[in-house]
Amino acid sequence: MADGPVAEVLLRQLATADGGLDSAELAAKLGVEHQAVVGAVKSLQALGEIIEAELRSTKRWELTAEGEEIAREGSHEARVFRSIPPEGLAQSELMRLPSGKVGFSKAMSNKWIRVDKSAADGPRVFRVVDSVEDEVQRRLQLVQGGQAEKLGEKERSELRKRKLLTEVGSWRDRPFKPYNFLAHGVLPDSGHLHPLLKVRTQFRQIFLEMGFTEMPTDNFIESSFWNFDALFQPQQHPARDQHDTFFLRDPAEALQLPMDYVHRVKRTHSQGGYGSQGYKYNWKLEEARKNLLRTHTTSASARALYRLAQKKPFTPAKYFSIDRVFRNETLDATHLAEFHQIEGVVADHGLTLGHLMGVLREFFTKLGITQLRFKPAYNPYTEPSMEVFSYHQGLRKWVEVGNSGIFRPEMLLPMGLPENVSVIAWGLSLERPTMIKYGINNIRELVGHKVNLQMVYDSPLCRLDAEPGPPRTQGTA
Amino acid sequence: MPDISYAWCKAVLKENAVYILLPFKLNKLKLAISFFFQLTKNLMNCVLNLVWNLMKLYDLLCLEGLVRGLQVFKERIKAPVYKRVTPNGEIQKLIITEETARIRPYAVAAVLRNIKFTKDRYDSFIELQEKLHQNICRKRALVAIGTHDLDTLSGPFTYTAKRPSDIKFKPLNKTKEYTACELMNIYKTDNHLKHYLHIIENKPLFPVIYDSNGVVLSMPPIINGNHSKITVNTRNVFIECTGTDFTKAKIVLDVIVTMFSEYCENPFMVEAAEVVFPNGKSYIFPELAYRKEIVRADLINKKVGIRETPENIAKLLTRMHLKSEVIGDGNQIEIEIPPTRADVIHACDIVEDAAIAYGYNNIQMALPKTYTIANQFPLNKLTELLRYDMAAAGFTEALTFALCSQEDIADKLGLDISATKAVHISNPKTAEFQVARTTLLPGLLKTIAANRKMPLPLKLFEISDIVVKDSSRDVGARNYRHLCAVYYNKNPGFEIIHGLLDRIMQLLNVPPGEKKGGYVIKASEGAAFFPGRCAEILARGQSIGKLGVLHPDVITKFELTMPCSSLEINIEPFL
Repeated sequence: MADGPVAEVLLRQLATADGGLDSAELAAKLGVEHQAVVGAVKSLQALGEIIEAELRSTKRWELTAEGEEIAREGSHEARVFRSIPPEGLAQSELMRLPSGKVGFSKAMSNKWIRVDKSAADGPRVFRVVDSVEDEVQRRLQLVQGGQAEKLGEKERSELRKRKLLTEVGSWRDRPFKPYNFLAHGVLPDSGHLHPLLKVRTQFRQIFLEMGFTEMPTDNFIESSFWNFDALFQPQQHPARDQHDTFFLRDPAEALQLPMDYVHRVKRTHSQGGYGSQGYKYNWKLEEARKNLLRTHTTSASARALYRLAQKKPFTPAKYFSIDRVFRNETLDATHLAEFHQIEGVVADHGLTLGHLMGVLREFFTKLGITQLRFKPAYNPYTEPSMEVFSYHQGLRKWVEVGNSGIFRPEMLLPMGLPENVSVIAWGLSLERPTMIKYGINNIRELVGHKVNLQMVYDSPLCRLDAEPGPPRTQGTA
Repeated sequence: MPDISYAWCKAVLKENAVYILLPFKLNKLKLAISFFFQLTKNLMNCVLNLVWNLMKLYDLLCLEGLVRGLQVFKERIKAPVYKRVTPNGEIQKLIITEETARIRPYAVAAVLRNIKFTKDRYDSFIELQEKLHQNICRKRALVAIGTHDLDTLSGPFTYTAKRPSDIKFKPLNKTKEYTACELMNIYKTDNHLKHYLHIIENKPLFPVIYDSNGVVLSMPPIINGNHSKITVNTRNVFIECTGTDFTKAKIVLDVIVTMFSEYCENPFMVEAAEVVFPNGKSYIFPELAYRKEIVRADLINKKVGIRETPENIAKLLTRMHLKSEVIGDGNQIEIEIPPTRADVIHACDIVEDAAIAYGYNNIQMALPKTYTIANQFPLNKLTELLRYDMAAAGFTEALTFALCSQEDIADKLGLDISATKAVHISNPKTAEFQVARTTLLPGLLKTIAANRKMPLPLKLFEISDIVVKDSSRDVGARNYRHLCAVYYNKNPGFEIIHGLLDRIMQLLNVPPGEKKGGYVIKASEGAAFFPGRCAEILARGQSIGKLGVLHPDVITKFELTMPCSSLEINIEPFL
């Protein structure tokens, strides 16, 4: 440190000095800048209990123009006194003198002079004492001589009130250390929102801008019926395996199912109907009753569409949801047992695959994704199905950004929806676009209790349609 | 574009190290796709369209199917017609006895006559069976396949079930005979076979197939006999599929024979076999059923959003292995669904094939004219509003898991798990997923524990759902939206958390005091709190949660070292 030697000298001087040192005096003595001494004091303080320091402020005073005149010529009252000859002076004449008005009243209150109002040619002023001590002049001369501290606070303030003295800051003639504008400011104390949930807010906003109504999804526990069977997902489907889905031990089974609808679903699976061959297997109610942690929010969409189907006549609907889903999967850098699913659904007469692609284009444009490609895919409950890819400039490749399709008639017709109503739907995870957006490689750095709060503190606003910034560098590892 | 041949496909796939192109799981498929993205565009489109589809097309699980699919798609060849033929001599017979009813009741069979294997074909044949086992056969639980050298056997065959101790044979690739009991023990350490043992383990009778001389063909779904093992030189193959799902067994048999009958002396001809069920009824397999569907061309146009002539649509479908022609009034298309397309069960499947052949990316995009007014879900709306003001109050938002261990929500908070009303998961892979959380507090405390190096104080909050059992709900459980906040510092800071409660109530427009639906806090106790430092929060005439200074035992169990105060309320009464 630059003030190292100063600190050393300071300590040496302190060791011999009695009653401490004045930093300004020491600076003058050593011939260094006062700031250098202050810096040395501060760095010594930072080390702990090595020195004690107290802040002393000194004030400087200087005379006003009037004050300087008084220091030179004497106070107005003294000048008044001196201008009165032994035989006295007419008051009217006295008042015409430069110091007359001010000096007269002050001299009167000092009892230096008196007025004889009975004189023949008007009031006349006489001396009362032989000589006077011009205390004001003396004090001002002291200040002028740089000895303002010899005056009491009361005396100084009296002079200041008479506008003879002004206090001057030391800044006028002091040098100032330049600011380092490259240094960081002090961040304000504040709370912060979680980056993933900031992204969630933006997705909600996009859906709301597009006129989609939010579905209730506050039911993590779902029956296999709503999670799978209602979606025409057969009971032997691998997703219904213990290896992929969290089933419940308690409460193990759903207590109520809409039995009329259940029978229609059962028939469609086991025998077909609604123009379908069905899966031709022995559909079991016990299997449908099994409770689980929902594996997708499509179960909530199924409930919403079922409710919609009960409303007659049919009214077109646009729905969305963003909430947690659960998979009993092997965990790795990009997979956790729970994640957020985003889902959009449109139900209306005569919707086409072209409509699905059109809605997807608008949706992804709002996310700042404009280059889209659609690939055939396989989903058990949509037909046709398409995966959505977008070209990622950073990764220089096409990445999957979502999955979509038209719900199968075997799912919709048993609900009671009219035959010419199509339902298009798409889904994506909330975590994946967020990780790509913020350049996060390990999902545990984003979700769960192991996240680094510094990352949360440092995370920027979520502006999905704005150009991505450079990867974050701040924050501790 | 190179010639689409078996050799070409294999070379390309091998070269690019994605030989497991035809995988069991989606993530591997994506690997394959990323590879195909690097091919030239034209080629890519045609390959992709088919490769994508293969997820559900079991016939694309082997190179034979993929090559044939590509060739038909590019109109190089016409889709072959698969035929079942009755042999000149005696038909092979498989008789099912009634003992199988309780363990594995269904069986189907067929014969590939005068087949010519090569090393590649043989490997592909074995691989296809393995893939089918993993995929549609659901790890052999639904269907198990056995293929045998027919020339080493003599029919008729019997499919029966016997006590394990009574079954004794020389299994595949073993040199001596074992009883079924011994085999089950031996295979416990076999990395491949151990996964299938549970299907029949502990059953009194095991399924087994014999020939007329008592030779064991197989003990499904575990192992075949060594006697009838097929080799590259095998000329006549007897195929049996046993299972618990009759439909799937028939599909699996169809897939195998359609793929490999190509190598028979009379290509695509499959020799029939007769299966006699315990009730005396007899069926001929393979089914190789062709089904006809009639779909209107305008329906396809309407569902896809295109305007193609019926003739063009028929052409598109034919390229997708669905031989189609325009009939009737000129708007109807008759589609023949071959046995290889078991996935086509509804007109919507045909619509998809037309769209795939047309090319998704060639479809004109349009916006639906659906007019709707958007509404937020009220609970989420309130949550969003509160989140912002919690942050404005200086608290930082955490996002923790909804699943956790029993210990987190009970033991560590000084509670017994039975007192929590928690829902329990039956098949957690680790203790982290034993229960759904009943409180947000453990997640926040674990977040602090992972961030002990951060400067104090730590002020965290989370607004999210917890789950408890509730028999009034259809599934017997429900969520509650909770708000939880913690203050962690060198001092307990009860006044900070208390002040936060006051602020939350201010935000929710709930006045202090018991009157007019206001709120008060009343001395209470809770296992998680320091005695005398816990209060219950009453608002709108009901208890909505607790606040207080956490018990030192709780602090310690969450691996923390400083005092901490917390607040947790249910926000649903404020909707």
